[in-house]
Amino acid sequence: MLKRFNRNTLLFAGGALAVFAVIQILLLTGLLNPFWETILRKGAVMAIVSLGLNLIYGFNGQFSLGQWGFYAIGAYAAADITYRWSNDGSSTGLLVLLLLVILTGIGITFLYRALSRVRGLDALSSFTLYLIGAGLLAWLSVLLGGMLAPAVDATLKALPQAIADTFVYVMAVLIAGVLAAEVSFLFGLPVLTLGSDYFGIATLGFTYIVYVLLQNSDTLLGFVEMKGARGMIGIPKVTSWFWVFLFLVIAIIITRNLLHSSHGRAVVSVREDEIAAKAMGIDVNFYKTLAFVLGSLFAGLAGGLYAHIDGFLHPDTFNFVRSFDPLIIVVFGGLGSVTGTVAASFAWALVLEGVLRLVLPPGFETWRYVVYPILLLVMMLLKPNGLFGNFEIPFLQQFLPPLKNKSASAAKEANQ
Amino acid sequence: MDAPLTLHPDDETVLEATNLTMQFGGLRAVNNFSLLLKRGELNGLIGPNGAGKTTVFNMLTGVYTPTAGVISFLNTDITGLEPFRINQLGIARTFQNIRLFPSLTVLDNVRIAYHPHAGYSLMDGIFHNNKFELKEKEMTEKAQDFLEVFSLQDRQGEIAKNLPYGEQRRLEIARALAAEPQLLLLDEPAAGMNPNESVALMDLIHFIRERFELTILLIEHQMRVVMGICEYITVMDFGEVIARGTPADIQANPRVVEAYLGPGSAALSEKFSRKKAL
Repeated sequence: MLKRFNRNTLLFAGGALAVFAVIQILLLTGLLNPFWETILRKGAVMAIVSLGLNLIYGFNGQFSLGQWGFYAIGAYAAADITYRWSNDGSSTGLLVLLLLVILTGIGITFLYRALSRVRGLDALSSFTLYLIGAGLLAWLSVLLGGMLAPAVDATLKALPQAIADTFVYVMAVLIAGVLAAEVSFLFGLPVLTLGSDYFGIATLGFTYIVYVLLQNSDTLLGFVEMKGARGMIGIPKVTSWFWVFLFLVIAIIITRNLLHSSHGRAVVSVREDEIAAKAMGIDVNFYKTLAFVLGSLFAGLAGGLYAHIDGFLHPDTFNFVRSFDPLIIVVFGGLGSVTGTVAASFAWALVLEGVLRLVLPPGFETWRYVVYPILLLVMMLLKPNGLFGNFEIPFLQQFLPPLKNKSASAAKEANQ
Repeated sequence: MDAPLTLHPDDETVLEATNLTMQFGGLRAVNNFSLLLKRGELNGLIGPNGAGKTTVFNMLTGVYTPTAGVISFLNTDITGLEPFRINQLGIARTFQNIRLFPSLTVLDNVRIAYHPHAGYSLMDGIFHNNKFELKEKEMTEKAQDFLEVFSLQDRQGEIAKNLPYGEQRRLEIARALAAEPQLLLLDEPAAGMNPNESVALMDLIHFIRERFELTILLIEHQMRVVMGICEYITVMDFGEVIARGTPADIQANPRVVEAYLGPGSAALSEKFSRKKAL
């Protein structure tokens, strides 16, 4: 059991702990002011979103602009849960969404098993079945959630307030992730069968739909607390450096472990050559969906974290124009490089929000949107493979296994 | 055309295609194609460009669903199944224009083909538990064994697209075999090879047939290869089967010569061969 924690794993664990500790100490001693702390937290959140996108675009080869839409879904879902809890002392939001993700998760798994036995079912028919199922389960969870809420309210209020708040917050972030993942599964069913470019356009459409719905969230969707285009306020600001760092490390480890397994190789084979992958027994649709759902899970988690940084959400943050940000980060850091994505995310936050804001003379802050693209342009001309190309830190690298009978083949060569 | 579908009617049937037709809009690419492969046979499918050979392969492997007709593999109906399911049942193929996973290593190319036999779930993969470690090691060793058969074991870390052409062809066959098929479909394995390489390839095909107990169907344009290794040949032209028979029968068949060289050439070639005989 212990031998699996080899040098590289220990180095990574040690490095991560060191980074966390150094920044935490800097924060506690006040050497890092709140301005820079916010930038670090936003960088980490962006790293989680971009890791998800790298999984979809960099490793699975599906050009997606939908990442931002799932980020928005995660942000608003988590915000709604904690808003209701901290302002109204009601756990209805938590319960309804919790039941929704659990029931839908079970329903989807069940339907998937059943439908995979049916031969020649086209994507749209199965999509309709899934949609009907999800709709029924949503209705059921609203009903059940409303019934169970008073009992859960009382239980949570019996706990010390700090514990109850943290519990609701962590649950909100997790639910946000799973919700985004399930929405992406439903959306991906018909859309993932499209070719790459068409998929990109369809996902752009998705981001736009989410944006418009959020702008009218108080009227069209009926969530009065989201306040539509005026922006949602009153969300507790509880996302600390600890939480974003924890989720970032988890996201990195999940990505790494997946990619180093046979399932990860199947995901990459779809990018490399879809037709060959199919001919080699790879269930291409499954692995496309897997990458898309996992990527969206990360986006949802990141959204949940982001909602509690500023305590304020505005639909314009989730405008489709901003959906190019994670895309730029992924390409900038190197398609298919986890290290590059994380580094580029922090660079993005530090340069765009930090350094440029300070370096440019007062009144010229808007110019950073001119300087930033120029930086990107220069970068792409000088290093088209991205900042890191194929580079990975040792923990994330895949090492070649030793040849099984190295000595035998060497002896054969010596004889010849 | 009354030649039998196979020379070994009593052996176990591996693949049986009955009256396959493939219609693309107004174009009938393949018409009424039948094929019977018995265990251990090494058969060829030839014909001029555009005869529909690759379309037949695409129907057999599930890329296209035939407009009409039935394909059965080991007595199960596989018509209209998805390509990956057909592969998992035991039909592997190579491609006319090599389709490796270009930017992955040689070892990963083979390990991907072995994925359906990986034997651990997604969750095992994400948590890297003991089962994962065990199966992954097993899989790697198996992949290295395949590479060794094709003497590519020292190249395992190389990026596939950087390999020389001949090795890419070998790697593609190694990858197809890693799926542990019973039937191997080779689409022009000797394309772009010089005579020496073709001879080496023929030896290799013979060798893998014995070693992995395969049934093989191959499309090929190099007559040296087809006539050298195939036991039984089906000839197609304009989507129709025009002849079946042993290599000797096919070489003597005037319809085949005509299909390749144009109408009237059969008489011409007969004249030449008579001249030669004189």
